[in-house]
Amino acid sequence: MSTATISGDPHIQARFGELKPPLTAQAAAIEADRCLHCFDAPCTASCPTHIDVPGFIKRIASGNLRGSALRILDANILGASCARVCPVDVLCEGSCVMHRYNRKPIQIALLQRHAMDAFYASGEVPPAAPAASRALRVACIGGGPASLACAAELRRQGAQATILERRALPGGLNTYGVAEYKLRTADSLREVEMIRRMGIDFRFGVNVDSASALEALEAEFDYIFLGLGLGAMQRLGIPGEDSDGVMNALELIAAYKHGHLREAHGTVVVVGAGNTAIDAANAARRLGASTVYLLYRRSENDMSAFDFEYEHAKQEGVQFLWHRQPVAVRPGERHRLLLDTVQVRPAEGKLAPIPDSQYTIDCDMLVPAIGQSPLTRLIQELRHVEVRDGRIVADLATGRTGNPRYFAAGDCVNGGREVVDAVAGGKRAALAILKTTEAANA
Amino acid sequence: MPDLSVRNFAGAINAPNPFWLASGPPTNTGEMIMRAFDAGWGGAVWKTIGEPVVNTASRYSSVDWQGQRIVGFSNIELISDRTVEVNLAEMAEVKKRYPKHVVIASLMVASNREAWHEIVARAEDAGADGLELNFGCPHGMSERGMGSAVGQVPEYAEMITAWVKEKARTPVLVKLTPNISDIRTVARAAKRGGADGLSAINTINSITGIDLDTFIPRPNVDGKSSHSGYCGPAVKPIALNMVQQIMSDPESALPLAGIGGIGAWRDVAEFMLLGCGAVQVCTAVMHYGYRIVEDMAEGLDNWMRAKGFSQLEDFRGLSLKRVTEWKHLNLNYKIVAHIDEQKCIGCDLCHIACWDGAHQCIHLDRISGPVDGPVERHPIPAEREARSRASIAETPVTRKERAAAADGQGPYPTPLGRIPRVDETECVGCNLCSLVCPVDNCITMVRVDQGVAPETWDQRTHSAACITQPQPQAR
Repeated sequence: MSTATISGDPHIQARFGELKPPLTAQAAAIEADRCLHCFDAPCTASCPTHIDVPGFIKRIASGNLRGSALRILDANILGASCARVCPVDVLCEGSCVMHRYNRKPIQIALLQRHAMDAFYASGEVPPAAPAASRALRVACIGGGPASLACAAELRRQGAQATILERRALPGGLNTYGVAEYKLRTADSLREVEMIRRMGIDFRFGVNVDSASALEALEAEFDYIFLGLGLGAMQRLGIPGEDSDGVMNALELIAAYKHGHLREAHGTVVVVGAGNTAIDAANAARRLGASTVYLLYRRSENDMSAFDFEYEHAKQEGVQFLWHRQPVAVRPGERHRLLLDTVQVRPAEGKLAPIPDSQYTIDCDMLVPAIGQSPLTRLIQELRHVEVRDGRIVADLATGRTGNPRYFAAGDCVNGGREVVDAVAGGKRAALAILKTTEAANA
Repeated sequence: MPDLSVRNFAGAINAPNPFWLASGPPTNTGEMIMRAFDAGWGGAVWKTIGEPVVNTASRYSSVDWQGQRIVGFSNIELISDRTVEVNLAEMAEVKKRYPKHVVIASLMVASNREAWHEIVARAEDAGADGLELNFGCPHGMSERGMGSAVGQVPEYAEMITAWVKEKARTPVLVKLTPNISDIRTVARAAKRGGADGLSAINTINSITGIDLDTFIPRPNVDGKSSHSGYCGPAVKPIALNMVQQIMSDPESALPLAGIGGIGAWRDVAEFMLLGCGAVQVCTAVMHYGYRIVEDMAEGLDNWMRAKGFSQLEDFRGLSLKRVTEWKHLNLNYKIVAHIDEQKCIGCDLCHIACWDGAHQCIHLDRISGPVDGPVERHPIPAEREARSRASIAETPVTRKERAAAADGQGPYPTPLGRIPRVDETECVGCNLCSLVCPVDNCITMVRVDQGVAPETWDQRTHSAACITQPQPQAR
């Protein structure tokens, strides 16, 4: 595995302590006993990876922690990170029948973490079929959740999988892009290491971005899985955007998680209102910024961040400026920035500036967070793979693309959803590849 | 205001209320019993007095269930480990300070007439209001020819009861062991021997569990265990059954102090409805302390008010006539399950319970369209689960997706597809679904008028016997 270092910086660890600490064994037992063990449970149905939630919870209650963990990993090889990053309010916990019973849903995420932590503490690796028990070699481009899930499923069923990652560390956004108080870099890497020990090859620093690179892969492998994720964050498209002091949300998150940014101060302005914008705004607060504004051109009711993320940001002291749009960035005094903004209002489906509403914010840092752009360069090189609006067109159920040797899932297909969606997509693609191979061999 | 006092129990025992402590650790000393009386207990059966014993460590173990501690409890503690003199001196002191409370001396001595005569005289001299002969202790003492060794042999029980009655001036209660195939045999023997009353049940022989790391059963005494006396909430149904057996049998029935898993007023009411004149409590006090008697008294008082009972005798034994042999039950009584769609939370436990544990008549077909009839007409539960797992779910990341996910649920709080439906043509009225349903009053059993007169198995076989003879089976 890569020798790149991760931040064990106590300063960062102290400021980004886990939002949801693990359950004690006693608390887990009490919580597990609360589960009604529903038939065809809604929590399982709503989970994109269909983890057998009552099944793993009852195994915790019975003291069968290993069985519980294997039950989770069977459905979702990234069970440990999903337990930490999943928006469970709109998934399993949101669909818990307890909402209609005694109101408080079962704490599924914390129970899942309890089982996964025990499994990781044991040092065990999920069982897999003997290596090369199938004559099938698959390259997974991208080292994030989609590829990890695809590779793990292939490997589990005896195929050979190789993950190609352009960065120094594997895990994709789990390693570089999730708030440290939700998922620690070390925990993401621990998870990837377990998957590697299942017998998966990793190649780091490999940037597949040319036709010739793809041809080489096609020559070496039977199938290619595209778990590319998305590219850099979108630019605001305003003058002065390249000034020092402008750092997009993913850069900011990766920087503090990996020890390159230890402090923020003064005023920080985050532009955007998605979950990543919230993570960046909260991070700025925790790094020491006294004032953090979150600027959004639409209203509170339009923001795409989950309700619990919005509530969390308010608790962290983030201030929200609605219907305001950045216009230009100018240099201010002593390396500061002057951000010109304007108030906008919806007019005929668009946003129109309100006259005389200009307002300049004197800030120390500007953080664009208006979504990631597609990885256009590589996508353009893919032959017979249809691309629409910067997204790879792939069948949701199988990950099939227009090119029979290429499968795809995760953010590069869905435009940016959750880790659990990428895992589900990667796994479905792996199953489809296996099925295709079996059909071809039959 | 209801009168909770007990009058002339077993002839001459009067107590301010029917809540008595059973002979056991909570009645080990005079100091403890006086604190119990202060807390509100109306009587106490003194921890069994006899030749002092040596006890082991540990002595107790329990069965926990889904987070609830001590659903069942067991002990291998023997009788009092203090001398007869000390116990009786304290008893005299208690009676002096609490003359209106009941103190019953539980006794156990070697099986000879002189020993029993002597202990009876000493206990009564100390002021005991009654005597309880411990013929029930299932561990340790029975190996020495006492306790349940006596209680399992009707002849011995009768003989010793008669010896005691020769001497006793106060009421004599015999405490019965459940570790016998028919508790009535010893109850009848006690009655023949002249007992004034009974106490039942004592603890049940048990092994409560085994440590899966050491393979040593509990309780562990230096690497070994011994069969222990089981009690606590788990044994109440067994105790109620035995109480009913005794009280419905004219040759057994005597004033009865009910024992076995009693911890709250509902339990007290149930034992009394089956004929008990008082109850004895031990495990619940060991778990929560003497203070539990407050709610027992208040709860029973409230219940009696609500039901219009002014004294205990008003309801004692009322349920006895409601217990009969199976052959006298009405075979034409038909009920079917009814699910309240407004209350259903969609756990679908009734569906899987009916399919895997009953008669395959609760279906999840409200959306696909109701289908009545036998099992072959329905998809099996595993198919449904497989379908869910093969479905594709995505995180609703946008507000629009979230709103859509919450939309279109149907007219009830729970999505229509998850509210089970009862096929009344197939429902046998077994009750299982209403027992597994976690929601109060969501599934109720509704009577269906069959338009036929009641008929029991007894009646049916008698009338059928006149018409047809059973045919020999073709081979």
